[in-house]
Amino acid sequence: MSTAVTERRDSTPPSDATPMLEVKDLVVRYGRGRKAAAAPAAVDHVSFSIAPGETVGLVGESGSGKSTIGKAILGLQKVSGGTITYQGKDITSAGAAERRALGGELRAVFQDPNSSLNPRNTIGTSLAEPLRLRGLSAAEARAKAEDMLERVGLPRDAVDRYPSQFSGGQRQRISVARALICDPQLVVCDEAVSALDLSTQAQVLNLLADLRDERGLSYLFIAHDIAVVQFLAQRVVVLYRGQVMESGPAAAVTENPRHPFTQALVAASPVPRPAEQAARREARESLGVRTGAAAVPAPGGCPFRLRCPLATDLCATERPALRRVGTADVACHYA
Amino acid sequence: MIPNVAPAPADQAQPTTAADLRKTRRQGAPKKFTGSKLFGSFGSIAGVAWLAVLVAASLTAPLWLPFKTEDQDFTAVLSGPTAAHWLGTDELGRDLLSRIFASAAGTLGTSIITVIVAVGLGTLLAMLAAAAGERVENAVSRVTEIMMSLPGTVIILAVIGAVGTNIPMIMGILGVLISAGIYRVMLGQAKSLQSQLYVDAAKVDGVSTAGISLRHVLPGLTNTIVVQAALIFAVGMLIQAGLAFIGFGPPIPQPSWGGMIQGASQHVYDAPWMMVPTGAGLALTVLSANAIGNALGKAPNATASHLPSAAARRQRAKAVATIASAAPAPVTQDGVAKGTLSVRNLSVGVDSTGAGSGVRLVTDVSFDVEQGTVLGLVGESGCGKTMTALSLLGLLPSGVSVTGGQILWNGRNLAATTDKAMETVRGRDIALISQEPMRALDPMFTVGYQLTATIRRLRGMGKAEAREEARNLLEKVGIVDAARILKTYPHQISGGMAQRVAIALALAGQPKLLVADEPTTALDVTVQAEILSLLRSLVTDTGMSVVMVTHDLGVVADICDQVAVMYAGQVVENGRTDSILDNPRHPYTLALLAADPHANHANDMPERLATIQGQVPQPKDWPTGCRFAARCQFAGSACLEPVPLLPSGAGEGLVRCVKADQLAVEGMDWLATDVPAARALEITPTQNPRSLQTIVEKDLA
Repeated sequence: MSTAVTERRDSTPPSDATPMLEVKDLVVRYGRGRKAAAAPAAVDHVSFSIAPGETVGLVGESGSGKSTIGKAILGLQKVSGGTITYQGKDITSAGAAERRALGGELRAVFQDPNSSLNPRNTIGTSLAEPLRLRGLSAAEARAKAEDMLERVGLPRDAVDRYPSQFSGGQRQRISVARALICDPQLVVCDEAVSALDLSTQAQVLNLLADLRDERGLSYLFIAHDIAVVQFLAQRVVVLYRGQVMESGPAAAVTENPRHPFTQALVAASPVPRPAEQAARREARESLGVRTGAAAVPAPGGCPFRLRCPLATDLCATERPALRRVGTADVACHYA
Repeated sequence: MIPNVAPAPADQAQPTTAADLRKTRRQGAPKKFTGSKLFGSFGSIAGVAWLAVLVAASLTAPLWLPFKTEDQDFTAVLSGPTAAHWLGTDELGRDLLSRIFASAAGTLGTSIITVIVAVGLGTLLAMLAAAAGERVENAVSRVTEIMMSLPGTVIILAVIGAVGTNIPMIMGILGVLISAGIYRVMLGQAKSLQSQLYVDAAKVDGVSTAGISLRHVLPGLTNTIVVQAALIFAVGMLIQAGLAFIGFGPPIPQPSWGGMIQGASQHVYDAPWMMVPTGAGLALTVLSANAIGNALGKAPNATASHLPSAAARRQRAKAVATIASAAPAPVTQDGVAKGTLSVRNLSVGVDSTGAGSGVRLVTDVSFDVEQGTVLGLVGESGCGKTMTALSLLGLLPSGVSVTGGQILWNGRNLAATTDKAMETVRGRDIALISQEPMRALDPMFTVGYQLTATIRRLRGMGKAEAREEARNLLEKVGIVDAARILKTYPHQISGGMAQRVAIALALAGQPKLLVADEPTTALDVTVQAEILSLLRSLVTDTGMSVVMVTHDLGVVADICDQVAVMYAGQVVENGRTDSILDNPRHPYTLALLAADPHANHANDMPERLATIQGQVPQPKDWPTGCRFAARCQFAGSACLEPVPLLPSGAGEGLVRCVKADQLAVEGMDWLATDVPAARALEITPTQNPRSLQTIVEKDLA
C-alpha cells in the first residue's frame, strides 16, 4: 500500500499535484438548533490547502478554533458547512469505515502525552491497534511497533511497558510513533509539543522534522506558539475567533506580519534576549492593541475590531475578505 | 520515589536505561483491580475468606452435612447448640447448621443474578449513552429516571402475584430496577473516558464505536464495576431474605435464610437462640460483601493532597524544631534592608518516614531578592524550582519539608518558623500566585465575596471598606469593569481575567514579596504579555519584590532582574538576567538557549534545534559529581567530583561548572547535532567504570 502511494507521489510533479488536503469554507457550530445558529461559529468559513510534503502551521489564541479545525479534518467534530477534501476525495462526513479505508494515511499527534495513550494498555498494544485494524497479524504488528520505537529513539523492549513508565517527552515520542506506524501521508499535530520542556520539545520537533524529510510527510501543525510553528512550517495560517486573519509563507508572516492581530501575536511572544525583548515590549505597547478580555464582538464585520487600533466603522459592518498583500493573504481593510 | 505532589510535572524525570526501566516495570505498571487492594485490609481478607468458605461448604454440602435438611429430630426440638446439633435445631428439630449451609449456595447464586443483570445492564446503557452522543444519552437518561421512580417492592410483589415465587426471575427483575442507579454511577465515568485523547486517536484509526467502548472504555470502568457489584450483591441478599421472610421464598420444606429467620421470629421468646446462627450468617455475608466493596473502591491516592495533613504538620513542626536548634541563630548581616529575602543553603527533602525517605529534592540553594526586584527561578520540570518557591511560604506538600539552611525574611528565619507563625507571614508579607488561577478561586463564591473576605481577614477592614478596597484592587490589576467582575463567579470569566483576579487576591494583604509559580504558562501569549506588564508596573509602583518560577526564558528576559538557573535541585548559575542570557556560562544554560526556538529569527531558523540527551535524573539518582555531566556535551573527568558554585569570571554572577572559564575563552557553543545514543552516558547514582571511561574519552576528544 505504501509503495503504491510513493509511486503516485513520485509520478506526479508537485506543481500541479492535487493538494494533499483542501479545506474549503469550513464552518463548525457547536450545539444544535436555533441556539447554535445564533451563536458565532467556532470555525467561520476557513479555507486553506496543504500540498504534498508541505507543513502548514495553524496558529491562534485559545478559542480561535484551531483545534476544532484539526478535529473536523480527523472526523472527530461534526462539520456544519464547507468541504474537506483529502487527495481529491471528499471526507467531510466520512464515517469510521471510510476512514479505515483511507488506510491510515491521515493520522494525528495530540497535545497531552498523559492522556493520548491508554494507561491500561502496553505501548505495544497501543501501537499495534491501527495495524491490527488493517489486518496485520499480532507478530507482524509487534515487529513493526518495535522498529518504529527504535526509529523514535526508544528501546525496542518498550513494547511491553506501560505509559506510566515513561516521561512526558518519551510518551510524546511514542505518540509520534503511533501516528507514523502505518505510513501516513498527512499528520495533524495538535499542540504536539506544548506540554513539553524546552529540551524535550526540541527533541520532538527535530524528530518531526527528520521524519518529514525522510518520508515526505505533510503536517498540519496546530500550535499557539508562533516560534514553534516557525521552526517547522513553510506556510502559516493565523486564526482569530474562527476566521483566517492572515496566511502566507512562514517567514513573511512571522517576520513581517501585516494584519494587526498577527502583529500583536508576534510582538507578544517573548525572546530570551533581554535587550531585544525590551525593544519588542515597547513595540508591542506602541501597537495600541486593546486587551481581549471583555471583547465579544457582534457577528458581522471583522472579529478583531474591538481590540484593533486601526478599526473604523467599516470594520463593524463589512467582514474584510482575504486579499494579497506582499506574499501573504491578509483579511484587513487597512493592512 | 517523590511523594505524590498535586501538580504532577508533565515531564517527570524517569529512568532511561533499559535496566532501570525493567526495574520499574513491576512497581510502575498500572494496578489491576484484583490483588493487593483486595488483601490490603483485615476486613476484606476476612470477607473473602468467609465467602469462600460459605460457597465451598455449601457446594459440597451433600458430602459432609451431618443431617439432611428435612431430617426431623423430635428429641431435640428448638434446642440450643449441642454435640449432635452444633448450631441447634428449629421447631421441627431440623439441624440449623445443615439448613444454613445447604441453602447458602442458592441464596448467593440468585443474588449474583441481580448483580449480573444490574451491573451488566447499567454498564451497557452507560457505555451506549456515552458513545452515541447527546440525543441517545438524553433518551436513556429519561428512561432510567422513570425506572428509578417506580416502586420496586410493589412491582416485585405484583410479579410474584402473577407468576408465583420464581426466585431467579424475581432477582432478575430486581436487577433491572437497580440497573438505573448503576447507569447513573457509570455514565459520568464513561463520558470522561470517552473524552480521553486516546479515544480520539482510536477514532482516527477508524476503530468502530463498539470497538472503542469495549477496548478503551470498559477496561476503565472495571474498578467501579467490581465495587458496585460487591455492594449490589449485599443488597440482593438482603432483599431476597426479606422476601423469604414475608413468605415469598422457596416453597416450604426447602430451607432459605429469610424463611429460617421468619421461623425463628415466631419463637423469639421461647427459643431466642434460633435467630442467632441464621441472623449471624446473613449479617456476616452482607458485611463481607460491603468490606470487599470498600477495599476495592478505595482510591489509591485518596490520602495524597496538596496541603499537608495534620500528621504531616506535626512532623513538620518537629523538623522545624530540629532545624531551629541545629542552625545557628540567623546571621543578621549588617544592614539587612527591610523587604530583602535571603535564602541560604536551603535544602528540601522527603521526610524520613514513608517511601523514598531522606531523598533530597533541593540541595544547597542560595539566592537573594532585593526589595523591588524580580528574581527568576528557571529550569525544566523536576529541577526543584517549585519546591524552592513553595518552601518560601511554608507550603511544601505533605511528606516534604525543609531539611536544612535558612530562609531569611526581614532578619527572621522562615525555615525555622512554626506553621502557626507562618500564618502571620503568608498573605500579609509573602503571597502566592500559581499557574492555574482557578486553583486560587473557589467556584462556589463570587469574585467579590472571595476578595472582600480575604481583605477583611488580612487587613481587618469593615465590610463596606473592604468592598471598596476590592474594587480598587481589581482596577489596580487592570480590570476595567470591576463592578461587574465582582459579581461574577470564577467560571464565568476567561483565563486571563481569572489570573488578574488571582493576582488581586494575592495583593489583598499588601505583600512585600510575591511568589509567582509559572503565572503565565496557561495563558495565551497576548494575555501573558499583559500579565507581565501588570506585574512589572506593580513592582515599580509598590516596591514589592517577586520570585518568578518559570521555564520560559523569554519571560525571564522580559521581567526578571536576576535569574537563578536550577538543574536537578541545585542552582547551576545565577546573576543578572542580561549577563546570563546574553553570555551564559553554564553548559545547561547554553543548552536551554540553544533548544529554544524563540531564540532564532525566521530567516536564520536552524534545520535542527539543539537538544539535551536524556532526562533530568530523578532525585534518588543524583550523582555526587556534577549532576549535569551525564547529559553535557563538554563533560570531562573533572566533572565526576562535586562542583562548587564559584564566581564566574565576568561579573557578580556565580556558576557551578569546572569548565566554565575554558568554555568562555574558547567561545564554545552547544551543538545542535544529537550525540549518538551509544555515546550518551548512563545516569547511575554511582558512576560505573564504563561511564567513567566514556567521560574520559569525551574529555580527550
